[in-house]
Amino acid sequence: MSPKLTDIWVYLSTTPLLGLTITLLVYQGAFWIYKRANFNPLLNPVPISVAVLVILLTVTDTPYQTYFDGAQFVHFLLGPATVALAVPLYPQLGKLRRYVIPVVGALLVGGLVAAGSAVGIAWLLGASDTTLLSIAPKSVTAPIAMGISEKIGGLPSLTAVLVMVTGVTGVICAKYVLNFLKIDDHAVRGFSIGVAAHGMGIARAFQVSEEAGAFAGVAMALTALVSSILFPLLLWMFGQ
Amino acid sequence: MLWSLTVLLVFQLVGEAISLGFSLPVPGPVIGFALLLVALVIRRGVPEDMRTTATGLLQHFSLLFVPAGVGVMVHLARLRDEWLPITVAVVLGTILTIGCTALAMKWLIRMFSAKGDA
Repeated sequence: MSPKLTDIWVYLSTTPLLGLTITLLVYQGAFWIYKRANFNPLLNPVPISVAVLVILLTVTDTPYQTYFDGAQFVHFLLGPATVALAVPLYPQLGKLRRYVIPVVGALLVGGLVAAGSAVGIAWLLGASDTTLLSIAPKSVTAPIAMGISEKIGGLPSLTAVLVMVTGVTGVICAKYVLNFLKIDDHAVRGFSIGVAAHGMGIARAFQVSEEAGAFAGVAMALTALVSSILFPLLLWMFGQ
Repeated sequence: MLWSLTVLLVFQLVGEAISLGFSLPVPGPVIGFALLLVALVIRRGVPEDMRTTATGLLQHFSLLFVPAGVGVMVHLARLRDEWLPITVAVVLGTILTIGCTALAMKWLIRMFSAKGDA
């Protein structure tokens, strides 16, 4: 590198512009591959983007905080996007009312199994307390899971990672699990993906059918709503 | 677009204020989401502009996970130390969750519609 190039790098690496631009470029590259691969769940753009960005940051010796100063503008949109989930949910309210008992029942079963199995298995295999608290809301959508994690004493950024890994796992496994159990109702398929694998499950379910996608959306929203009330309550009941 | 984005931010802001003001465990955006749903029910419909904005924002929902996901680099040491419990808990836990949710819902729909038919 000539001194001039180094000067440019030193300047650019400290502005938020670089972190934001690189995030958008890498994601779009990963999405292009995903599309070319006919939306094969193994090539989900999120883990690929994350891997590429981690490698880039490590190679250029850039701290996560410097990167996040730029990427936070994308991260910020999680808030309004969560509010915006009310829009696709609205047209499903009629169907939801007809399915109210199965939806509430499946939501409670799914939510308890999600948190219980994650914490139980991790505890049996000797995970630390911080990991246990951070893994509990792994099936809840990222912004809310991070909020819950913070409230109950986990590490929000670790939770974000675990939520993401859960989303990818759910998206890869759902088809095989649901086919094995001979579930053919798209409302049920979508709902169970949404409970287990939040936003990534929704994206996947919409590729299967409108009905599956809508019910995955309902599932994610309800899981978020119920979890954010139940988790702190459970923790309070069992006294830390 | 600008109007809808403003509305979304206002609902989020009100949600945050309620969450903080009453020390609720529910995060602000979730309260904002519930309030917006109530507003849409009262209004009996989604304005076209709002639908366009929401669709645009949710279309690349997974992009919004990326910056937080890159945070994995901060936790590489912990993930290396606890890879076994974390991997088994995530994979087995997720499979169990999908299976149990689907079976519970299928069973309840059958019970529920049998009652409805009678």
